[in-house]
Amino acid sequence: MADLEKFRSETRAWLEQNCPPEMRKPMTSDGDTFWGGRNTKFSSEAQRVWFERMRDKGWTVPHWPREYGGGGLDGEEAKIVRQEMAAIGARQPLTSFGISMLGPALLKYGTEEQKKEHLPKITAGLIRWCQGYSEPNAGSDLASLQTRAESDGNDYIINGQKIWTSYANYADWIFCLVRTDPAAKKHDGISFILFDMTSKGVSTKPILLISGYSPFCETFFDNVRVPKSHVVGTVNRGWDVAKYLLQHERAMISGMGERGVGRPLGQIAADSVGADAQGKLDDAQLRSQIATFEVDEAALAAAAERAVDLAKAGQSHPAFSSAMKYYGTELNKRRYEILMSAGGSDALEWESERSRGGARPRAWLRTKANSIEGGTSEVMLGIVAKRILDLPGA
Amino acid sequence: MALVLTEEQSMLRDSARGLISDKAPVSHLRQLRDSKDATGFSRDLWKTFAEMGFSGLLVPEKFGGSGLGCVEAGVVMEEIGRTLMPSPFLATSVVAASALSRGGSEAQKAQHLPKISDGSLLAALAVDEGAKHRPLQTSLQAARSGNGFKLSGDKAFVVDGHTADLLIVAARTAGAAGDRNGLTLFLVDPKSKGLAVERTAMVDSHNAARIAFDNVEVNADSVLGEVDQGYGLLEGVLNIGRGAVASEMVGLGEEVFGRTVTYLKERKQFGKAIGEFQALQHRAAQLYIEIEITRAAVLKALQALDADADKAGTAVAVAKARAGTTATQAVQEGVQMHGGMGMTDQFDIGFFMKRARVCQELFGDSNFHADQLARGKGY
Repeated sequence: MADLEKFRSETRAWLEQNCPPEMRKPMTSDGDTFWGGRNTKFSSEAQRVWFERMRDKGWTVPHWPREYGGGGLDGEEAKIVRQEMAAIGARQPLTSFGISMLGPALLKYGTEEQKKEHLPKITAGLIRWCQGYSEPNAGSDLASLQTRAESDGNDYIINGQKIWTSYANYADWIFCLVRTDPAAKKHDGISFILFDMTSKGVSTKPILLISGYSPFCETFFDNVRVPKSHVVGTVNRGWDVAKYLLQHERAMISGMGERGVGRPLGQIAADSVGADAQGKLDDAQLRSQIATFEVDEAALAAAAERAVDLAKAGQSHPAFSSAMKYYGTELNKRRYEILMSAGGSDALEWESERSRGGARPRAWLRTKANSIEGGTSEVMLGIVAKRILDLPGA
Repeated sequence: MALVLTEEQSMLRDSARGLISDKAPVSHLRQLRDSKDATGFSRDLWKTFAEMGFSGLLVPEKFGGSGLGCVEAGVVMEEIGRTLMPSPFLATSVVAASALSRGGSEAQKAQHLPKISDGSLLAALAVDEGAKHRPLQTSLQAARSGNGFKLSGDKAFVVDGHTADLLIVAARTAGAAGDRNGLTLFLVDPKSKGLAVERTAMVDSHNAARIAFDNVEVNADSVLGEVDQGYGLLEGVLNIGRGAVASEMVGLGEEVFGRTVTYLKERKQFGKAIGEFQALQHRAAQLYIEIEITRAAVLKALQALDADADKAGTAVAVAKARAGTTATQAVQEGVQMHGGMGMTDQFDIGFFMKRARVCQELFGDSNFHADQLARGKGY
């Protein structure tokens, strides 16, 4: 324990010394997130400095092994880094699907060669990854995917289409589910494969969403040649890798709400709704909705902390991330319904100076995808019913 | 600190569970109710609780207790919740013991705490006056009289007040209802002249009391803590009680849920287990998720209480608010999913529903605590 307290004070001092003041302010736009990759640009000098210092320290991914560019920290130490970063409001220096999704799958299923090839480029922010899972006819029923990978000597030839590929138009590489055995049962003929998005035959087309943004793409594969050595895990056993990765994806999505940062929701609401002399919101119904929301939000934060601690203690259920994903995304939707209600007609401005280009209504609309992407709320409840509660026929 | 039980806490849970499930299953409560038992709980079982060190769980070791914390008290409360065991544990060992340990003079501690530890003294906190929990609204008057005070007014929903050997009474020595200043806690002998106790058997077959004070004389030594400055002490003690009741609701809710899921797998209609119907599966899954999230919030609050009870207010408000809504959802779904059987007295599930209603109200309901959170955040 004494060692951990020492680690905490050292961490605190290091962060105090190294985190630029601009990187301790809440993020206000998409540009404030640094994703890394071949074509990336820093939105500010402070963002560059912060990223490079954290990268050199190994703290873009503190809990990965040092040999892959991580910090080599154990669970307790990594938790301390998270807590101390949160305490000063420090932004994530690097956000990527390589960290939150592919990395954990590679660490578990990848060969040493694959780990050495890909993980250091993730921690150093050199390669940006995207996820090729959903297809036009394989959404909630993901395992019915049809993208084919046909054997041709030492390579596969890949043909098909993916959809809802987040940021495919910015990504350098893709981790992709493909069907390597069309004759097998649907879960059994799938492989998990990696390839460069600049490969011949790959094209992407952004999809305009209700928010007015295009975070997702359609991604097309037309005779894309990929070496067989790029398969992660066993050929035709890609569903195991896919499911394992989904657990991490769901944990990430459940944490997407801006929990506990910035001003309390009630105070934000007071800006437009008004408050009495004691600061009590003038809208009693809204006040009660917000209070109930904040109770649930604080409880979810405790549950997220507990989930990590349970995993560390070897007491967690592998399907629990589905429970967290369900609750976190539904909660985030509630948050934005409250924000829209609190904002009144101000929050309806789509193109105006005051609204910063309609930031709030666009963010509100974006949250509606939270309970669909990475598995719908209904799929999550089905998984909990079947795998945790062991209900029949689920 | 990790949000999981330590090995020692898990062992405590196992031993409490062993004792309670063996000696006080739900049939124990049913038997006490049906026989219209005068005490409403088993004094023999309370002796066993004392022998196992549970009654003095929160009492410092120098006064014969185990000197453990709120997490451990919560562990025991959760097991009590699973079987709805009526027990003086909450009123005496959690609430009164905390009040005395935190606010008592050395003489008061030496007089009462050893007796709480050995199970020979039962105590109760008298705070509520109206139908809803509003501690700041306390208006029972304590007027100075000679060297002491005279208490006049009424208290309600005094848990275990019918069997208490010692009452801890929140009274107003100055100011008006709603003021933070001017509240004082008193230790009062229930046999005092002018004090009338009416046992109120509650909907859940547990017991409370209405207590009327008509110029009840107490001396200056009976002040617990400081005159006029009792609200801080009261709030800290109430928060410990709230954490304990939240734990009871976690145990209660989880037990109801477990019984309900078992029933979903067994009960057949339309030629299959009703648990195969997605309408019920999704509701069961939602309830499971609510319970898990509430469990984390409650453990967080208990740890916060042990770290610094005076700074645990927000965590406790979250825990008690969540526990109330989750337990309510659990018992409602429990009865609904058991169908007609859930409505019968013969079936235990109704006992859980009744107890959940009482726990929801006790020390402030979910609305009260959500409001506390909002006030704390300044909106």
